[in-house]
Amino acid sequence: MNPVSLETYIAASAILFVIGFVGVLLRKNTLVIYMCLELMLLASTLALVAFSRFQGTLDGAVFVFFILTIAAAEVAVGLAIIVALFRRRHTVQVEELNALKN
Amino acid sequence: MANVLFYTFALLTLVSALLVVVNKNPINSAMFLLLSLVGMAGLFVMLDAALLAFVLILVYAGAVVALFLFIIMLLDTTPGGFKPFRKLTMVAATIGGLLLALGAHTVTINVPKIAAPLHAAPSLKNYAGMLFTTYLLPVQLVGFLLLIAMLGVIVLSKKFAPVEDVK
Repeated sequence: MNPVSLETYIAASAILFVIGFVGVLLRKNTLVIYMCLELMLLASTLALVAFSRFQGTLDGAVFVFFILTIAAAEVAVGLAIIVALFRRRHTVQVEELNALKN
Repeated sequence: MANVLFYTFALLTLVSALLVVVNKNPINSAMFLLLSLVGMAGLFVMLDAALLAFVLILVYAGAVVALFLFIIMLLDTTPGGFKPFRKLTMVAATIGGLLLALGAHTVTINVPKIAAPLHAAPSLKNYAGMLFTTYLLPVQLVGFLLLIAMLGVIVLSKKFAPVEDVK
């Protein structure tokens, strides 16, 4: 039925997490950094669903429901913060947002 | 057959995720995030979690990516490139890479090889039973969290009159 092994799913999830991590480290635009954070969150949900499926318990899959809900709330609040920031500073590039430096 | 499907979806997810990172234009990044989500939903279906795939498309593709596109349109930002490569970034990348290698090593060494799931696919009834019995309190809390997030967004995006004007 499902010949793909658990390790393959975990490897895919780990690679996705690394891609998101690299994006957070390297990108300048706050919005793109936010998208990369979402990618990292998605990688964790993939690992949870895979573990839950292979273990035969539903708890992991139910947790993904909560992760999705909280991610939606987080995106709404985060984007509102970015909009408020843009109104005040007229930029979303991270290296220009250095008011707390020094 | 399932193998081919898995690799197709995994490749779709990973390649579009990579394109999210390397694209200069934020709109293209959002579009590739959408494509990555489609691949992820395919992987969820392969894991017999069709309901989760549906919710993923509904919440992420329907709400989150649309919200991203709206904000990009509203802000009208210049396409930003990459940060200059600094020493601190290098240190963070090294630490992250090492932690990930450790995790991958632990998974491949300690997890017993499971070639296929041993149990029957969960049905919609199982999800509902779990959500409304064991996880009833978290469901309620998440509902409150959404309400609080909504209030927070309204407060954050409302323009309050300056204090002098109120007096």
